[in-house]
Amino acid sequence: MYKLWSTIIKDVRILTRDKVGLILMFGMPVILVIVITNIQNSTFELVNKNKTPLLICNRDTGEAGRQFIQAIDKIGMFRLQSVPKDQSEKNITDRMHAKDALLAVIIPPDFSSKIDAKAKKVAGKALNTFGLEGDKPGTAGDSMEPITLYYHPILQQTFRSSVQGAIYSALQLVESRQILKTLYFSINEKQLPDTLENDMLNNRLTINEIPISLDGSRKVPNASQHNVPAWTVFAMFFVVLSLSGSIVREKLNGSFIRLKTLPTNYILVLLSKQITYLAVTMAQAAVIFAIGVWLFPSMGLPALNLPLDSSGLFFVSLLCGWCAVSYAICIGVFAQTQEQANGFGAVSIVILAAIGGLMVPGFAMPGSFRTIMKISPLHWCLEAYYGLFLEGGKLKDILMNIIPLFIIAILIQLITLWGLKIKKLI
Amino acid sequence: MNPLAVDIENLGFSYPGQSGVSFSHFNLKIAVAERFGLFGPNGAGKTTLMYLMTGLLSLREGSIRILGNDTKRQNKSVNRLFGFIPQDFSFYEELSPVENLEFFGAWSGLHRKEIRKRTTELLEILGLTEVRNKQVRKFSGGMKRRLNLAIGVIHRPRILFLDEPTVGVDVQTRVAIINYLKELNKNGTTLVYTSHQLSEAEDLCEKIALLDEGKIIAHDDLTKLLAEHRQEGLEGLFLNLTGKNYRDYHV
Repeated sequence: MYKLWSTIIKDVRILTRDKVGLILMFGMPVILVIVITNIQNSTFELVNKNKTPLLICNRDTGEAGRQFIQAIDKIGMFRLQSVPKDQSEKNITDRMHAKDALLAVIIPPDFSSKIDAKAKKVAGKALNTFGLEGDKPGTAGDSMEPITLYYHPILQQTFRSSVQGAIYSALQLVESRQILKTLYFSINEKQLPDTLENDMLNNRLTINEIPISLDGSRKVPNASQHNVPAWTVFAMFFVVLSLSGSIVREKLNGSFIRLKTLPTNYILVLLSKQITYLAVTMAQAAVIFAIGVWLFPSMGLPALNLPLDSSGLFFVSLLCGWCAVSYAICIGVFAQTQEQANGFGAVSIVILAAIGGLMVPGFAMPGSFRTIMKISPLHWCLEAYYGLFLEGGKLKDILMNIIPLFIIAILIQLITLWGLKIKKLI
Repeated sequence: MNPLAVDIENLGFSYPGQSGVSFSHFNLKIAVAERFGLFGPNGAGKTTLMYLMTGLLSLREGSIRILGNDTKRQNKSVNRLFGFIPQDFSFYEELSPVENLEFFGAWSGLHRKEIRKRTTELLEILGLTEVRNKQVRKFSGGMKRRLNLAIGVIHRPRILFLDEPTVGVDVQTRVAIINYLKELNKNGTTLVYTSHQLSEAEDLCEKIALLDEGKIIAHDDLTKLLAEHRQEGLEGLFLNLTGKNYRDYHV
């Protein structure tokens, strides 16, 4: 026991004197969590709170153009900036390049007349269907000049899709209003009253969004709840840089030769490193969670809500840390040089994080990746954490994530043992 | 009858892929409390033999007994009997001498109290008391060599294997190390020493073996060998028996 204790003390001393290693293990993940959460939070707010600047150039002189602008404004996603109708398209795109706005909409000059013509055509068809006499369906609306939407290339596809959907819904509203008015006028030979128009067009059913949860708390997840667990897992696995490097360094320097001639098994070195670095991963998790809970609100970020099942959180962190440490030791045992350990370690963690759903959510991945992701220990770590942080689950609820993680950790340990034997290290 | 310190019988060993030196039906006996020198040109097999005796390499056939204990059968327990001073610095540069001795002392099977006592003794003997708590990375080559030695003898081994223990040090450190080794030997420690510092070897060793390509080409008391080959010093004897050509062609 004294041998193990001395080895742990030795490892802790070496670890705490390696300032660069400490920065890599604690500083970098903390910066990563803060940066990523900030970015994701601002994306979230861009869509939900902050309005995206949109240049609007109304070349139409009729009512439909103004109604279309009002409808876009009412969506609440955009901060509209009017552009004079004679502004050239080049001027508009230049302003976008200067980041005055990320989006621009150009309403064509014949917008109102074409909307009107389309409304008459649809209303006429409808009246004829009812057996009433309506206007003969014309062809005026068929050749309508399209609305032009310019977007800055920095906008991602998902955001562009939601913008397009919003603008279509505004256009739909304008068209529906005009069809309704035309129909009403054809039947009653008088204008549609404003109150009725409002009742028919504006009193929509609302959508009640409820996040599902295992504890029934219905807390709305925020960017912190998503990011902090994900990047904590990433940080834990990044001990591979320090730990595998330390094992290779020890193998390559003279101390290893001495250790092999002493009456103690080398496996004690690895046992000590497991204990020391497991403590490091737990400390990493504690630091990152503490930052999420206490520092994030003062930075204008949503606070991290810790799961109610604190023992579950401790156990999941312990298992994630153990798996991360096992992986790092395995790399350290097989690598011949520090460059191999660091290069393979870093790249493999990024790949395992990517296929594990840390960078792109699993549900958004292609089908084949959804099978591959199951071999990534980071995937099971993340799922276990999400079960606690997002779904409000308890340890028993996430057993199906913990069991595969445990199996992967055991497999890595067995591979390490095999590596130690074939390399005659034990 | 006292067992031999080292008894090598019919040793067979070769590196994988037939590269490097190999041993076949190799025999060597080193008596207890002897100051034994193992010499030879580069690639002769000195370090390989040292690694085989200390268990760092596994022999293919034959046996090596350390104080009567078969290294194959006794496994790790035989390691308590000897100390090894490798040519490379074999300690943690991030730690101080005290911290290194504390760790290696524990790994050598000593208890905390004994480690503390031995640490104080050894640091005093080897002139490291003043820097006992400083990180080793800042030490001079001589100080590092002395610490390398201190770690190897902390558990009072009965046999000490020394692979170039004084390489790259100044005269003062060399004299201090050699004197300390003689002191250990007076107290019964067997020294198995290898070096290219032949004048130092002449001073330290009573008995020598000259190795070449995995074979012993001379093995006797140093004085007898010098007389037999009509040489005044070890260097002349060495060149006389191994020739003047470069010998480090094994990669």
